[in-house]
Amino acid sequence: MKDFAYVSAPDVATAVRAITEPGAKFLGGGTNLVDLMRQNVERPDTVVDITRLPLDRVEELPDGRIRIGAMMRNSALAAHRLIRTRYPMLAQALLAGASGQLRNMATVGGNVLQRTRCPYFVDLAARCNKREPGSGCDAIGGFNRNAAIFGASESCVATHPSDMCVALAALDATIELESVRGVRRLPLVGFHALPGDAPQHETAIAADELITAIELPDLPVAARSRYRKVRDRASYAFALVSVAAALEVRDGVVTEARLALGGVASRPWRAHAAERALMGAPATEESFRRAADAELAGAVAQSQNAFKIELARRAVTATLRQLHLPGGAA
Amino acid sequence: MADIRMRVNGSIEKLDVEPRVSLLDALREHLGLTGTKKGCDQGACGACTVLADGERIVSCLALAVQYADRDITTIEGVTSPLQRSFVRHDGFQCGYCTSGQICSAVGMLTEHAAGAPSAVTGDLATMEIELTAEEIRERMSGNLCRCGAYNGIVAAIEEGIR
Ligand SMILES: Cc1cc2nc3c(=O)[nH]c(=O)nc-3n(C[C@H](O)[C@H](O)[C@H](O)COP(=O)(O)OP(=O)(O)OC[C@H]3O[C@@H](n4cnc5c(N)ncnc54)[C@H](O)[C@@H]3O)c2cc1C
Ligand code: SF4
Ligand code: FES
Ligand code: FES
Repeated sequence: MKDFAYVSAPDVATAVRAITEPGAKFLGGGTNLVDLMRQNVERPDTVVDITRLPLDRVEELPDGRIRIGAMMRNSALAAHRLIRTRYPMLAQALLAGASGQLRNMATVGGNVLQRTRCPYFVDLAARCNKREPGSGCDAIGGFNRNAAIFGASESCVATHPSDMCVALAALDATIELESVRGVRRLPLVGFHALPGDAPQHETAIAADELITAIELPDLPVAARSRYRKVRDRASYAFALVSVAAALEVRDGVVTEARLALGGVASRPWRAHAAERALMGAPATEESFRRAADAELAGAVAQSQNAFKIELARRAVTATLRQLHLPGGAA
Repeated sequence: MADIRMRVNGSIEKLDVEPRVSLLDALREHLGLTGTKKGCDQGACGACTVLADGERIVSCLALAVQYADRDITTIEGVTSPLQRSFVRHDGFQCGYCTSGQICSAVGMLTEHAAGAPSAVTGDLATMEIELTAEEIRERMSGNLCRCGAYNGIVAAIEEGIR
């Protein structure tokens, strides 16, 4: 690992000033950044440690929204009473990610900004447009079993690996950013970019901005929600496909639906087409399958990942069935 | 170089380390505490698990400087009935993963006692979660065992909580 300077920021003002140094990077739990620095994929000159910032609380705002400090650890957020009861899909998504040790280290802000797990991205001998713009993409026609099925381009077919963000997308979360220039808020849906011809641009954050908080709307339907993750082993593996879903059914008819998919694109994939197909439809297996079909109609496979399209279809249907008929066949 | 202090297994240690030195290397190479093992150095195997203020973490992805002034416990500082249970139930073969398994199990039991749920917890609303074999396996999934001593590990933890 290249040597670097280390600064620990006691408050937000110090942190956002320190990050204006050229070559400076924020350090959260370090579970992604330290790993990438050791592999020489990230080479910061200065590391600004933000884990001592007082942004590690969950607050209920007067209007019912929930404000989550960006330094909150993934494990603490998953264990929080408000998240467990009002947004179970978010607690489940967090608990489906990484391991107990990593969740104790990982921060909410770092989770949002974690980089792809495309194997060529961390292989300095491979061509990768994300790591080295213009060099090519060895995943296209190469090892792409876990590549994107939505929104990929001829430059990059990588996925965003976060589980947490899939739930945040379904919940219409907001990200709060702060820099020396001020504070702004962006919807999480759309925060992560599609690759286009510039896969090195991954999110809407500017180089000098700090994620300070994530806000969740007051969303009654989320109390009946669920996160389902399909992976190569039962635990401690990234998703092949995952589904975050919330469903409200009245008199046998779907009155509200929230659906997002993970492991399928460079962003958590909000399934708008499936949501539209569900609204007003009878809450039946047939409707659930049709909604999945509506979303997956737009999917495009790479050479090795066509299986993910059928897997996503079944995962969506199964999750909706599980929500509608708790205790019913999974 | 950075001069930092850290409480390790109860005694205050002074360390003079470059910022790029991991907590794992600081413990092993600078303090001679070689009970903590390096498996992958990528956060993927759990062999390097230690406790920071009682919480389990992987020390390979932790920069030592970030843990300045914290309270670190390594296997050398653990005294738990789990150690005897691991012996009794053959919770290991080669033993390379064992210090990480035991530190992880100690941290896991603290999390469970505080009501933390896991990915296999059915009712997220309850704070009293029964620590079944399935729960133990899920909560310990961050610790890989190349020898496949998992059945013994689960049995040892089951005995340890009785
Ligand atoms: C073995 C392993 C398995 C994993 N499995 C999963 C999994 O199954 N599912 C999953 O979702 N994730 C998984 N992860 C990834 C893990 O969730 C992320 O590494 C973690 O969430 C990153 O958080 P952090 O605080 O450690 O970020 P860091 O590593 O500290 O930072 C990551 C990036 O975010 C930037 N950053 C951090 N915080 C802020 C902030 N507040 N404002 C601006 N920039 C910031 C940093 O500069 C850096 O670029 C796994 C990781 C490992 C090592
Ligand atoms: S898919 Fe993206 S991250 Fe992977 S090699 Fe191609 S450009 Fe790089
Ligand atoms: S050595 Fe740290 S997790 Fe493998
Ligand atoms: S006992 Fe050999 S790796 Fe676990």
